[in-house]
Amino acid sequence: MGYPHRSHERETPVLSKHFGDPAARTLQGWRERGGYVALEKALKMDPAEIQTIVKDSGLRGRGGAGFPTGVKWSFMKPDGKQHYLCCNADESEPGTFKDREIMRWTPHALVEGVALGAYAIYATVAYIYIRGEFTEPLEQVRAAVKEAYAAGILGENAMGSGKTVHVHVHQGAGAYICGEETALMNSLEGRRGNPRIKPPFPAVAGLFGQPTTINNVETLTAVPHILNNGAEWYKQFGRPDNPKSVGTKLFSVCGNAARPGNYEVPLGFNFGEFLWDLCGGAANGREIKAVIPGGSSVPFLTAEECRTAIMDYEGFVAAGSMLGSGGVIVFDDQQDMVRQIARLCRFYAHESCAQCSQCREGTAWTTKIMERISAGDGTVRDFDTLLSIADNMTGKTICVLSDSCATPVVSGLKKFRHEFEAKLKPTPGVVGYGSTATAAAAPRAASPTA
Amino acid sequence: MTFGPSTPKPSPDQLTAHGAEHDHGPYEAVFTGAARAELDELLTRYPNKMAALLPALWIVQRERGWVSDDAMAEVADVLALTPAYVKGVVTFYTMYHQHPVGRYFIQVCTTTPCHVCGAEGVVDAFLQHTGCGELGVTSADGRFTVIEVECLGACGFATPVMINEQFLESVTPARVPEILAALT
Repeated sequence: MGYPHRSHERETPVLSKHFGDPAARTLQGWRERGGYVALEKALKMDPAEIQTIVKDSGLRGRGGAGFPTGVKWSFMKPDGKQHYLCCNADESEPGTFKDREIMRWTPHALVEGVALGAYAIYATVAYIYIRGEFTEPLEQVRAAVKEAYAAGILGENAMGSGKTVHVHVHQGAGAYICGEETALMNSLEGRRGNPRIKPPFPAVAGLFGQPTTINNVETLTAVPHILNNGAEWYKQFGRPDNPKSVGTKLFSVCGNAARPGNYEVPLGFNFGEFLWDLCGGAANGREIKAVIPGGSSVPFLTAEECRTAIMDYEGFVAAGSMLGSGGVIVFDDQQDMVRQIARLCRFYAHESCAQCSQCREGTAWTTKIMERISAGDGTVRDFDTLLSIADNMTGKTICVLSDSCATPVVSGLKKFRHEFEAKLKPTPGVVGYGSTATAAAAPRAASPTA
Repeated sequence: MTFGPSTPKPSPDQLTAHGAEHDHGPYEAVFTGAARAELDELLTRYPNKMAALLPALWIVQRERGWVSDDAMAEVADVLALTPAYVKGVVTFYTMYHQHPVGRYFIQVCTTTPCHVCGAEGVVDAFLQHTGCGELGVTSADGRFTVIEVECLGACGFATPVMINEQFLESVTPARVPEILAALT
């Protein structure tokens, strides 16, 4: 697949500007493209000043939660403690593959963002936790870190500033849950990736018990652009009537889309225009039936709802879904939604860390019922059972993996109930002796005495 | 819909007390020479030894192809942990092989975005052309093990497949014979 698509005048490549350009991967290539200017500038500033600029820019976390980055950074004060920055590069949300491409094509952009972020929160050590399966991004980021150390960009005297910034790459080992920030910290510490109860929040007691900030790859990569161009520049991207969602965002498009891939657009973009004009609608000339707009854990939107939805944090909520991580999964009109929801449940059942009973039991139970319905053995009572389980799975666990499994089930039952009903086992009629009805004939044929 | 195993199945002789290595002579330590130097360098990156557990296990897997109980005991020893603790961590993560696998370990993503694009067909093609026949089983010649994996994080390039460290994108059933033929 070629990068970038750039088929539309309103695509705004900021982070994705150098995707597809192998020369941008090297330190020299990255410097020729304006790399490390922001870091050099930042190292001469006071960290609190950087925090203010990022706060003013309106940048929000791009990993899914959307918490304002500058505000998160401002929790970190110069208190004499060892601080840590963690870059969450454990991208595992089905439908999302933007961080992978950032690391593959512009690894130095990430290293610069991480170093800058670490300095801005008074941390001297930062870890980039990359999921184990991302072999190529791992290789690229490791090479970039090595080059940056060799060039004196990282280390005891970063860029000759007298400041210390260490960046280390840490490889995960295959666990979706490690993308949850507290599970990621546990994993980095050499533990099972079980999420931790909050509070204490990472800013108080995070990695190795020290104040820690965790940011997504896309968030940290945006920071050097903000430092270079200013908070006002960043705020120009977005819709004028919604100052809460600004900047550009990478949306990963997959499933039955005609042109899957990563697209960078300003927040506030029209989702209908995005789906049909940029991504070409459904593949093979088919119609779109449903879309998950923000990674597998957010509610479905029907094709009609997609036409009017606005692509920002508030816009997707207003449309009945969420921006999440920006992973757009397209389902065409031939897809069996019951089967796909069952498959999603199976993913969450597989990935539950099993720490909370509501999640451990709920994800497995939901999967079994969904697969039974999908196989044509469900009954109408299963719908109530599913909703009841989903209710017990939502908001009652340490992290939101359980909620993420319940979401497609509840959303699917609401929007595609007719498909669920069409799959139900036919209700047997009351059949007496001598009847020739099919319902009565089947068990007789199976009987060994027949 | 089938529930494919996400970790390979052990053969009966691997279910002995300490795995297959005991059948082939005494255990040889991994962390000597260059591997030990690599671990020592890793340890400088973290404030305590335990944090180097995942990287240490990766070194074991790279050197031995899998992580045996004996290797877990060695890792526990070098990082001042208990073997039970190390096993508890190893079993949490899906990428550490707890049993020997084929020379080519093939992981096919079948999570929803790939599922809608026909990933099941890719799995079937690999099972057929490798002679494995079944998920998680190593082929008779010891070359291949095929498993289904949950989200490889390359959803726009359906179907992504990992063969050892190599990441392949946009794999279709028709491409499978050619991919396998390219493996030496």
